[in-house]
Amino acid sequence: MISKEDFEAFVERLVKEDHREVVGVQEKGDKFVFDELKAAKDLRLDYDVTILPPKKYFMPQRETLVKYKVKDGHKAVNEITPRIILGIHPYDLEAIRQMDKVFSDTYEDKNYLKKREASVLVGVNIENVSEWCFAGSMGTSTIEEHYDLMLTDIGDKYAIEIGSEKGFELLDEADVMEASEDDISAVKKKKEGVKEKFEKKLDLPPEELPILLERSYGNTDFWKEHSEKCYSCGSCNLVCPTCYCFDVKDFNELTLDEGERIRQWDGCLLEEFAIVAGDENFRENRYQRYRHRFMRKGRYIHDRFGDIACVGCGRCGSHCVPDIADPTEIYNDLKEVTK
Amino acid sequence: MNRHSIYEPENAKILNIREQTEKEKLFEIELESGEPLDHDPGQFVELSIAGVGEAPISITSSPTKEGASFELCVRAVGNVTNALHNLKINDEVGIRGPFGTGFDVEEFKGRDVLFIGGGLGLAPLRSLINYVIDRRDEFGKTAILYGCREPCEILYEDELDQWDEMTNMDLHQTVDRCPEGVCWEGNIGVITTLIPHVDFDPDTTIAAVCGPPIMYRFVMEELKNRNLPDEQVFLSLERRMKCGVGKCGHCQIDGLYTCQEGPVFNYADVKDVEEAL
Repeated sequence: MISKEDFEAFVERLVKEDHREVVGVQEKGDKFVFDELKAAKDLRLDYDVTILPPKKYFMPQRETLVKYKVKDGHKAVNEITPRIILGIHPYDLEAIRQMDKVFSDTYEDKNYLKKREASVLVGVNIENVSEWCFAGSMGTSTIEEHYDLMLTDIGDKYAIEIGSEKGFELLDEADVMEASEDDISAVKKKKEGVKEKFEKKLDLPPEELPILLERSYGNTDFWKEHSEKCYSCGSCNLVCPTCYCFDVKDFNELTLDEGERIRQWDGCLLEEFAIVAGDENFRENRYQRYRHRFMRKGRYIHDRFGDIACVGCGRCGSHCVPDIADPTEIYNDLKEVTK
Repeated sequence: MNRHSIYEPENAKILNIREQTEKEKLFEIELESGEPLDHDPGQFVELSIAGVGEAPISITSSPTKEGASFELCVRAVGNVTNALHNLKINDEVGIRGPFGTGFDVEEFKGRDVLFIGGGLGLAPLRSLINYVIDRRDEFGKTAILYGCREPCEILYEDELDQWDEMTNMDLHQTVDRCPEGVCWEGNIGVITTLIPHVDFDPDTTIAAVCGPPIMYRFVMEELKNRNLPDEQVFLSLERRMKCGVGKCGHCQIDGLYTCQEGPVFNYADVKDVEEAL
């Protein structure tokens, strides 16, 4: 346990004294973002959802993979900023757990994994629920592992659960006290209570998604109908905590004798995503791209890694201009049409 | 594989370049380490040209080839492949890989082998053809069907002559069309017109097929007519594998990663996958 006053002092000390960059959720206009903390008072642990998930710290929107000199060849690069990330919601922690699996599978992606290793994840249980969020239905409104520390707001203090050695060490400098029986039951109540707060819900258990999606793959009418207004803008990809597709490009210095190979976020909703040599596009229709994303989230990744790669954050739905990306609408409809 | 980063290419040198056609060149390449590539027939590498980018290229030489070098047969179609065509002997490139699943040679052993190649599809197929030739005793009868659009597009002309002269190897060639004034005494017609000319036993034959997307549909139909079971057909599919290591998502065929489960697939595994063929 830590009083809110002591917690702020603790964060202030981290900001001022810790060698690592301290990142936390802050206001930006009428929304919230993860950004570098300049002062503890800017931290908003009562936020509903951030514009982008914290994935950007392990897989930046753009990063250098290789530097090259035309005469000497290629050299791998991994620019790592060690960070303490404050205020990650459980659904985002679940997404990070899934990404850790993706990037360590078969070929270890050190560019991601080393950044992850250098980060401390401080979670916070959800205080306010975004109108688009359906984490309650995805089993991701709380999480019992995969954080270094987890905070729960119980009035004038935070309960702190320690999830790792890294988390334990971070608390070294904090004025913490033992939790009482009352504190423990208050945390339990908070966690149970949050499940009821979500307006958006799935009418089915998420475990049914892989089979429902498999059955509906050939229902072209269904996918055409839902994707009719899709702009193919890729906003849903951009804000998703489990979208990790990327493009790789070379950028030369003006001298043309050296440069950098950069990876940047890409999105399967963009029209050019599946084009091959000779300009053949294997997903040239909107509905195919739209379907691919849902198949990937609810079926393909499940078949490969055993996870439903939708954590219910609702960012895709809230950022979609024609408002056709809300997964609860698709999944609930899917249930209807496959009856 | 590089231990620091899966994205760091290893330096390699171009040892030899042989012009094949107006658009295709055969590059003999050796890694700076002097180590062999250690690949399976049908696998690919990511070829890097600093300042231009990377492109997935199938390996056209057999792992049984003498020496540490390997070969890539490349058509100049994009930025990387055009840049490669401008390079000279002793110039350097970067190589990552080998990647992907190639032809499962164990499946082919003890069987008759039918190779069907269309256009540049002969390039990956050649890695398996030469593997079979180098270990001739381990395989049964073999036949190669090879089709191009025009006689000027024929690859590996010297090697085709050698294959043609081999006993126990049946070579059939065709071109879709032959412009006036060009000398061509062989068959004219699409590749499927060759299939009736080959005598094979569907019980003992395994087919390796490689060509442009449009070719597969017709070839598969013809093989079905000849009662060759789907499980006995392997094919190599082309997608834009950008990372080669199952991460970037570009080469996905529905749930399959071309760079992991492929590029060589068993036909039975992909025939019902909508995005595959």
